Amino acid sequence: MEEENESGVVKKFMYVNRKAPYGTIYALEVLEMVLISAAFDQDVHMAFLDDGVYEIKKGHTPKGVGMKNFSPTYRALEGYDIEKLYVEKESLEERGLTEDDLLVPVEVMSRADLAKLMSEMDVVLTA
Amino acid sequence: MSTLHTVNKSPFERSNLDSCLGHVVAGDSIILIEDAVYAALSGTSVTARMADAAKQFRICVLGPDLQARGMDTGAVIDGITVVDYGGFVDLAAESRVVNAWL
Repeated sequence: MEEENESGVVKKFMYVNRKAPYGTIYALEVLEMVLISAAFDQDVHMAFLDDGVYEIKKGHTPKGVGMKNFSPTYRALEGYDIEKLYVEKESLEERGLTEDDLLVPVEVMSRADLAKLMSEMDVVLTA
Repeated sequence: MSTLHTVNKSPFERSNLDSCLGHVVAGDSIILIEDAVYAALSGTSVTARMADAAKQFRICVLGPDLQARGMDTGAVIDGITVVDYGGFVDLAAESRVVNAWL
């Protein structure tokens, strides 16, 4: 259900990250959107599935390809009260990754549980 | 008289790599660049297919693209060679044709 705060309605937002970083601009653009919604005091959730799990892989070093490392921004999300990060278990497994490979604390959940959580949102934005 | 095939899409998202593997002939080389570097790693759902392909064709992966994505070059599948930009140029120069599977 929607709640009110002093500045208006608070909606449950979910940003669904499905793209690998660096190859396309999607991952970076979603981060920009997330930071904007945080500024409006919304209830922000971030989900990482499919190739999106690579966005929060530890150790990005894009210097050699001449790009900016934007992965530290994920660690800064906590400072914007964005702490609801969910990672799909099946997506990690297909890619040979574990929770230890990720640079931020997340909740790993099954595809079925993530689907349920997604269905409870007011706004879902996938990229 | 060989072709260098370049693949730049993730094998988990697009079929570019599958198509490429279906059209490679003896003597050709494949280089995995950008988001295709994820195909070069062990422990994934595409590892077996890539390990098999590496027995038939020369397969390389671009090191700087692995490093950008935080991927350990030590986790690259046996039989796949990590190359730098200079190595990429050498592969292109040795080949008669470059086919980019965009």
